[in-house]
Amino acid sequence: MTTLPPPTGGSPADTAEVAAAARPTTQAPHGGRRSAGPGQLSDIWRRYRRNRLALLGLGIVGLLVFLAIFEPFITPFSPFEQNLLNTTAPPSARHWFGTDVLGRDMFSAIIYGAKLAVIVGLATVAMSLLIGVVFGAIAGFRGGAVDSVIMRTTDVFLAFPLLVGAILVVRTFGAGVTPVIIALALFGWTTSARLMRGQTLALRESEYVEAARSIGATDRRIISRHILPNAIAPVLVYAFTNIGVVVVAMASLSFLGIGVPADIPEWGRLISQSAPFFQVPGKSHLWAFPALAICVTTLGFAFVADGLRDALDPKLRGRG
Amino acid sequence: MADTAGTTPTSRGEDVLGASGGSRTAPLLEVRDLRVHFDTPAGTVKAVDGVSWQVDEGETLAIVGESGSGKSVSAMTILGLVPSPPAVFPGGQVLLRGRSLLDMPEARQRKLRGNEISMIFQDPLTALNPVFKVGEQIAEMIRTHRKVGKAAALRKAVDLLGEVGIPNPRVRAAQYPHEFSGGMRQRAMIAMALANDPQVLLADEPTTALDVTVQAQIMQLLEDLQASRNTAIVLITHDLGLVASHADRIAVMYAGRIVETGTCEEIFTAPRHSYTHGLLSSLARMDHARPEKLEPIPGQPPSLSRVPQGCAFHPRCQFATAECTTEVPILVPSRPGSDHLHACLHSDRVAAAHSAPRPPAAVATARVETGVPPVLEVEGLVKHFPIRSGLLFKRTIGAVQAVDGIDLDIEPGTTLSLVGESGCGKSTAARTILRLQEPTAGSVRLGSRDVTAMRKEELRKAREDMQIVFQDPYASLNPRMTVRQILTEKYELLGGELTEDTIPDLLETVGLSAEYADRYPHEFSGGQRQRVGIARAIALNPRFVVLDEPVSALDVSIQAQILNLLEDLQREFGLTYLFIAHDLSVVRHISDRVAVMYLGGIVELADRDDLFERPQHPYTQALISAVPIPDPAVERSRERIVLTGDVPNPADPPSGCRFRTRCWKHLELSDPDKQRCITERPALDLADGSGRHRVACHFAGERQVLRG
Repeated sequence: MTTLPPPTGGSPADTAEVAAAARPTTQAPHGGRRSAGPGQLSDIWRRYRRNRLALLGLGIVGLLVFLAIFEPFITPFSPFEQNLLNTTAPPSARHWFGTDVLGRDMFSAIIYGAKLAVIVGLATVAMSLLIGVVFGAIAGFRGGAVDSVIMRTTDVFLAFPLLVGAILVVRTFGAGVTPVIIALALFGWTTSARLMRGQTLALRESEYVEAARSIGATDRRIISRHILPNAIAPVLVYAFTNIGVVVVAMASLSFLGIGVPADIPEWGRLISQSAPFFQVPGKSHLWAFPALAICVTTLGFAFVADGLRDALDPKLRGRG
Repeated sequence: MADTAGTTPTSRGEDVLGASGGSRTAPLLEVRDLRVHFDTPAGTVKAVDGVSWQVDEGETLAIVGESGSGKSVSAMTILGLVPSPPAVFPGGQVLLRGRSLLDMPEARQRKLRGNEISMIFQDPLTALNPVFKVGEQIAEMIRTHRKVGKAAALRKAVDLLGEVGIPNPRVRAAQYPHEFSGGMRQRAMIAMALANDPQVLLADEPTTALDVTVQAQIMQLLEDLQASRNTAIVLITHDLGLVASHADRIAVMYAGRIVETGTCEEIFTAPRHSYTHGLLSSLARMDHARPEKLEPIPGQPPSLSRVPQGCAFHPRCQFATAECTTEVPILVPSRPGSDHLHACLHSDRVAAAHSAPRPPAAVATARVETGVPPVLEVEGLVKHFPIRSGLLFKRTIGAVQAVDGIDLDIEPGTTLSLVGESGCGKSTAARTILRLQEPTAGSVRLGSRDVTAMRKEELRKAREDMQIVFQDPYASLNPRMTVRQILTEKYELLGGELTEDTIPDLLETVGLSAEYADRYPHEFSGGQRQRVGIARAIALNPRFVVLDEPVSALDVSIQAQILNLLEDLQREFGLTYLFIAHDLSVVRHISDRVAVMYLGGIVELADRDDLFERPQHPYTQALISAVPIPDPAVERSRERIVLTGDVPNPADPPSGCRFRTRCWKHLELSDPDKQRCITERPALDLADGSGRHRVACHFAGERQVLRG
């Protein structure tokens, strides 16, 4: 390069403006457009999509949600329709995943199971998130006796075996999807609460919370506008990771016969039904497809959670 | 934009040094045209871009620069501590007695580290390993480089701890880092750095994390050690005052390059680069009465990934011409044959500007309006933090006496500064006055209202009249709210008319462009964030504002901008300030009255000039004498009172006078007088007839410590 490029910036007007006010060191990333905040979706998405696995996870979750919504239109057969003349048939052109011990179309059953998994997973996590965030925030912000009572309560729930608790809940409310959600949420909120409490404890002492107090903010406002938006990210990430766990837990409950009623084609149920065939050659489609569905679902949510954690983590924000 | 940097002349800077330094014998440590670049997704960051310097035995070279000027990276590179990738080294050499270090195999580099060259880091808290005993860590350092037995190494470690002035070295060597105070840790770090008699000591901001009285101890120690061992010291710092008293030669860095280098006298008395000149004239000086205004450097240091073309300083330079925007100036001698080099095209104009008399200082007397009822009256304010113990039923087993009975009045439109070292309770006092923390005892009156007696809702409304600006502009703004939301919140909470123009007007008042309203805090620099914090505080015209170290987290060139803004706002809106600070130079500049705090109590309270020119309390005197003044001539003639030890534990303060354990005067007293200090706590009594100078010392007396 022999010639210098023409000088940019540094015109007298520019210099004067700098003198008067000074510019931000970090220019807005998208030229002159309105700047993006740390929590803005475009910014999060930009960081999220750099993670290939997270994109794969997003694809899986997207597919699951699609299946859950359009289940009645996708399933080639009714997932409940039994055909006792054609049980445990291997995969074929007509029955892609074969048929189960009751002669139901496995492909339709798996899709119906996906709908259940999504509904139960999201509902459970939403409920435990709500309980956990509220109690965690109160415990962390109030401290003292309130904190002690809430945290000892979480200890009790943590120490209580999930299965025994689930049996109690199902016995109380009867079998069905809702009792399963209640049972899983009841024993799943504690970690969210602990995370939220830790975040709140740290943020309560932060200078911007003190600043909010100095301009007369009430406790409620400090929690909702200053602590919650800054504390929620790790709790959300945890909740997302937990969806996979919830799906597995629901399947386990069903496998043990505690969860959803026997006639509903839930993945755990499907595996449970195939138990007599575990050793039988040529019948592995009975348990392999539901197991695979559980695996893929768990992994999908885990990948999404992993990507979200990186995308939301303010410490990684500097990386481009 | 990254490609434009290819036009930088690469070798010319080196030529100049080669011409002047080539004839001598090889210097102890020489850096030649060093370049350290970082490849980031945002572009190439040229942290160090063609830097050359050298240092000889027994010499102290100071590398001065603001944050992001590349001063630390250049030192870390010498020790091979810069990870690569992301760093790349496109050019340059580091020569230790002629041996090139950068192309040495890693194993040999490791042998040099801590042996021939060692480093002292800024933060002694993180540089020591918390799970090993201090003595063992030093012994370990010795044993990595020498074949010495464990016991012998430990003995040597104890000797070293003694040499760096740690009392009871044998006991201390067996303690863990958390049992050491900050100053003691830094001493231990120095002991470790000296363990193998290095020829070169790299000190990266060695005292920045420490209080001034401790800083004075550490710098004295380094000088003594240098004298006895003939070590070369490379002192990396942003503090020009420190440089003036301790450096032989200075290299000023800006945006990855050295812009000026010369002896200490040359840099301070005859700067030739516009940036050096700007730094010197933006500094508040403790030995000057308040001038009309500081002269800040406008703007802020450039991001190293977006260094302006031509002279990197030109967008902020008052002398810049068209030439400066295209041509990268090279280092040239200020006089033929001189070692005083500068890279400024307008050195003659800088020289003229520097020697021109500064605009006359305003009358040095403080604005004192006696007879006017004070805006703020604090009486007997106490804040104790209980120390609780026990697992289930917590018992109170003691109290940290953070603030232990202070009285203050602030007259309307004036600034009272509360100064003291960390842990003296000044920030707690401010927060307790605002009732951000509940006082244990005492009363605070704001105008005619008793703040301490207010109920919750009443207090919330009263916040309109009492506001605070926080120290850390990075922590005091909610990262998820835009500037507009941050400012609007106050109007929502406290009432007050909010029109379309309110926020833009407010931003312009604090020197920010109105179009910044919809940006988030992370898009601003520290100085700009602090302006937002100030805007939040002055919205709705409060009567009284606490400024809690508002400039201590900012770069030198930005500090002056903020101080000027605060002064302008005070004049315009008649604000009353309580200024919390540890930096006495800034305090001298901005205050009308000054209160000096030590361990929860006020030891001296006086009008500003009275306090600085005629300090009465031995602690005030020590504090003033410990603050370095950015003028080598003044520094050389000054007397320094070096205090021993650290501030005692506020949960268990000494009996009687709290300062007596570190007091230089106490040592000179007769036994009965000493007994008085031990048993009787001195009251804050009038020191002279004026009725405005109070001091809490049984044996108060004037001592001149500001000048020689």
